[in-house]
Amino acid sequence: MASNYDVTKAEIEAISGVNPLKCMRCGRCTATCPSFDNMEYHPHQFVAMVERGEIEKLMESGSIYKCMSCMACIERCPRQVQPAKLVEAIRLAVVRKQGGNHLIPDNVPALLDPDLPQQALVSAYRKFTK
Amino acid sequence: MVYSYFPGCTLKNKARDLDEYGRRSAEALGATLEEIPEWQCCGGVYPLSHDEIAIKLSSVRALADAQKKDQALVTVCSACHNVIKQVNNDMATDEYIATRANNYLKADGIEYHGETKVIHYLELLRDEIGFDQVKAAVKNPLKGKKIGAYYGCLLLRPSNVMAMDNAENPTIIEDLISALGADAVSYAQRNECCGGYLTLEDKSIPEKRVAAILADAKHAGAEMLVTACPLCYYNLKKHAEGTGIEIVYFTEVLAEALGVKEAGKEDA
Repeated sequence: MASNYDVTKAEIEAISGVNPLKCMRCGRCTATCPSFDNMEYHPHQFVAMVERGEIEKLMESGSIYKCMSCMACIERCPRQVQPAKLVEAIRLAVVRKQGGNHLIPDNVPALLDPDLPQQALVSAYRKFTK
Repeated sequence: MVYSYFPGCTLKNKARDLDEYGRRSAEALGATLEEIPEWQCCGGVYPLSHDEIAIKLSSVRALADAQKKDQALVTVCSACHNVIKQVNNDMATDEYIATRANNYLKADGIEYHGETKVIHYLELLRDEIGFDQVKAAVKNPLKGKKIGAYYGCLLLRPSNVMAMDNAENPTIIEDLISALGADAVSYAQRNECCGGYLTLEDKSIPEKRVAAILADAKHAGAEMLVTACPLCYYNLKKHAEGTGIEIVYFTEVLAEALGVKEAGKEDA
């Protein structure tokens, strides 16, 4: 089957530095994730799906734009798997492709309000564009 | 003591109060913050991928500048602190990252391996000046004020690198609040995320987070929450209306207690 993406499990592991085999499936990452209810695939599923090589499903999911990068799952994982690094790697695999930016500069002015700190903008650009 | 100071983009713009009150209070406590010349934005978020090198260079340049002057580097913004301290750790412990970053910086004559000590303003107060000295310098004790600390995520995590305090049961801001004469209110959600930069695309996500945080703080009896993060401040304030909880930068209550809040204060 022709694929829109050609990103391998090995590439995701290289970008993230994560070894999903360390996971013991306790679910603590998802239990502590402040964004889990915004996500189609939850943090523990990122780990399991990367392990199974289901990269494309994750790349096509809006879940990659719902991580707050709060590092709760990184801090609280009893096996130091660092699930947020997999979310980041999958998102990067998408936005690093030509035309893959999630945040489009022309759409940004409509998202601004007078109190919005610069920090929100630079962070969103870092996360959502290349 | 003189410290290198990295203010960051937001403290020069929307969060001028956080910066101004911080500088004034430091001066009153005998610490001089010397702004790093031509500092560059930290990028707001630490890159969680292992192969991003170039976007860490602005942090390395600031760290190397402080090293050159043999000064510790002080940050006030939680985000700058998180990025710079994590990059500093990379430069000290990760050969893959340090080699590549130093290759970029060779042209600037920089060779850096994590030598600079990075301290947050709160650590400056606790570890360099001492909360007892802060307490002794208080002119207007904030008596009877019930203030909760809002840590958010960036000050504390990952704890093996940030090492500021116990990541799950921190007390550094509560101890500051007590030193200023106010009543510190502790609540469970103080180190849970506010929704962060997702606010740009979808306000409903921080709205849910902040509702949970404020309900918890209110239940514990807080009338005010203090934070060190401009983005937490924004998200909390945006959805605090009607809760009766005031959202304030920690440097503002510090300046108020030290009696330096009004000195030459420009209208925001």
